[in-house]
Amino acid sequence: MAIIKLSETKLQELKEVCKSFNNDKGELINVLHKAQSIFGYLPAEVQEVIAKELNVSVAHVYGVVTFYSFFTMTPKGEHPISVCLGTACYVRGAEKVLEEFRRILKIQVGQTTPDGKFSLSCLRCVGACGLAPVVMVGEKVYGRVSPDGVKDIVAEYRN
Amino acid sequence: MELVKLTIDGKETEVEKGTTILQAAKTVGIDIPTLCFFELKDMHIENRPGSCRICVVEVQGRRNLAPACTTRADNGMVVKTHSIRVLNARRTVLELILSDHPAECLTCPKAGNCELQKLAEQLGVREIPYQGAQSTYRKDTSPAIIRNVDKCIMCRRCEMMCNDVQTVGALSAVNRGFMAVVAPAFEMNLEKSPCTYCGQCVSVCPTGALTEVDHSRNVINVLADPEKTVVIQTAPAVRAALGEEFGLEPGTLVTGKMVAALKRLGFDYVFDTDFAADLTIMEEGSELLDRLTRYLKGDKSVRLPILTSCCPGWVNFFEHQFPELRDIPSTAKSPQQMFGPVAKEYFAKKLGIDRKNMIVVSVMPCVAKKYECQREEFKMNGDPDVNYSITTRELAHLIKQSNIDFMALPDEEFDAPLGESTGASVIFGTTGGVIEAACRTAYEVYTGKKLDKVDFNQLRGFENIRHATIDFDGLPINIGIAHGLGNARKLLEDIKEGRNHFHAIEIMACPGGCIGGGGQPYHHGDSEILKKRAAALYREDANKPIRKSHENPFIIELYKEFLGKPLGEKSHQLLHTHYFDKSASVFIEE
Ligand code: SF4
Ligand code: SF4
Ligand code: FES
Repeated sequence: MAIIKLSETKLQELKEVCKSFNNDKGELINVLHKAQSIFGYLPAEVQEVIAKELNVSVAHVYGVVTFYSFFTMTPKGEHPISVCLGTACYVRGAEKVLEEFRRILKIQVGQTTPDGKFSLSCLRCVGACGLAPVVMVGEKVYGRVSPDGVKDIVAEYRN
Repeated sequence: MELVKLTIDGKETEVEKGTTILQAAKTVGIDIPTLCFFELKDMHIENRPGSCRICVVEVQGRRNLAPACTTRADNGMVVKTHSIRVLNARRTVLELILSDHPAECLTCPKAGNCELQKLAEQLGVREIPYQGAQSTYRKDTSPAIIRNVDKCIMCRRCEMMCNDVQTVGALSAVNRGFMAVVAPAFEMNLEKSPCTYCGQCVSVCPTGALTEVDHSRNVINVLADPEKTVVIQTAPAVRAALGEEFGLEPGTLVTGKMVAALKRLGFDYVFDTDFAADLTIMEEGSELLDRLTRYLKGDKSVRLPILTSCCPGWVNFFEHQFPELRDIPSTAKSPQQMFGPVAKEYFAKKLGIDRKNMIVVSVMPCVAKKYECQREEFKMNGDPDVNYSITTRELAHLIKQSNIDFMALPDEEFDAPLGESTGASVIFGTTGGVIEAACRTAYEVYTGKKLDKVDFNQLRGFENIRHATIDFDGLPINIGIAHGLGNARKLLEDIKEGRNHFHAIEIMACPGGCIGGGGQPYHHGDSEILKKRAAALYREDANKPIRKSHENPFIIELYKEFLGKPLGEKSHQLLHTHYFDKSASVFIEE
């Protein structure tokens, strides 16, 4: 087993979650969802614990984690950036905006910058289509973002 | 039983309801090609993901082509298995698979046995029209198995074997789409996973994605070294399968030809692992009786049942998955590993040579034996008791490479003294055989009486889990047998829960036992082949003049001259081992 370096309270919470699903292997995806909301991501140790609790192989848990793009094994950055790729945003050039974030931060979607500051993900419609294209940094919403505006947004959170 | 009538390629047939089109077609002599589908009948082994679509057929009245391996036959169905539409679709599917497959057939270790290659030939693929990026992965080499997943076609047969049949859970499908492969957790190396090296994934992989580590080069090199005395030992199950590699009917015994071939390859002494199997019975059987008599006398510290320990895949399994039970298997080494020290500590001394100048090679039906002989505890001052272990398949290659016309070889005899064996040791190669051999000896030693009949038919067969009670002259001995690690798990869980009433249990990791080992000629899902191999071993046993291990004159001699007595000090030192808790060695690389 991996050397567990997870916080004891969160670990307890995770075990409670498994129990609430009767430690049923059929509930693996639901357990993973809950686990990701507890830890923010699904590190190897968490997957090991879940495998043990639900009595499935770690390889299987990892298989499910890597199959669904919703699950991530990298911790979110201090400032998680989400670019909306819903229809309205897409039509108004969200993809170029995303491309610019990738270029400036030098990371792909689903990754976190090495300093842990930023992570990048995409979203499907946040319900602010009037402001398209929309970008969220943490809880803060930015509307009508153009590729040129990306570096200013990033600069706001650097240092 | 409800029957349904259907027409396939103009031929009418009647089959049981629930039968697939694939099976129904077989009844009228039509062989629909398949790729992901795999089964071993009567062993409850089946892979039917319906994902590759190679087996598509046209069903009248349906818009889409239907996969024959998953579609059930129905009344009045009209099926076409080779219409132009079907042939084109099938070829396109194959071309798409091939477009992401390295074209390395000339140098692929699976060449000649590859199901993908065979399909390409059968369907007449002459070019691959789809050119695009190919997915690439790092190659993963463990002590026994190589994963070259560039060649993986995602049939997931290996995953089925590792999870459903063996319940090891080392492999799973990971990632999605283009990047999807079968891999251990976190894509770590197999060596770091709970893999047992049973090799069952290797034996079902249709392509060269999973293969054994090839040691035949090393063997060629030592054979060419004049300084070395090279000794070979051959496992029981090899003689019942090697012939298949030379086109012989499955179940043909080629013991004599195999010996002749090994002599021509240049081995200085051709010995038999069967000899060491007789030795194993002496040690393991004595251990069983020792535990049993102490138990009957009321000694509460005795652990029963005793579990056999000849199978290295099984040893790896309990070390990883049931380390808390590691004090119940017999401490007797496997025959391969008993042979090593007897050759290097006894026979080498007799010859007056240093053990470093003796090379011991084994031919095994097994992939896990490659790992077993590399274990640290089986070395003396760094020198392994067994230097190299090659599979039945590797031996066949060596013979072919050396221009030996196998079929033209005469039958020759093993060399003395480590080539002499009894019928009891021959059946070590099939499920139930080890415990039958043990019973023959334990019965006579315990009761002091001669057995009227040495065949214990109640221990034979292919049922997944079997039990039988053997009457030891008034004392009923309860025996359990499991082959396949999933079945072993069931017995172990019973032991853990205290629900078990067995005195002795035999476990072999591979379905059918060693005859179905991961290093045997590929059976391509034909369970009849396994049955024929087992029958061959029972035949060889029946034809042996001596059929009980303790009557082997060379074994008696070995104890007199060298070992002393079973479980004695020397035996303990050379022929017994101990087990480790490996549950912690499944670790994660950051
Ligand atoms: S060798 Fe056996 S245990 Fe290892 S991955 Fe293959 S099937 Fe699983
Ligand atoms: S490794 Fe072989 S058996 Fe496993 S999914 Fe890939 S092709 Fe199939
Ligand atoms: S063999 Fe039928 S879908 Fe693969």
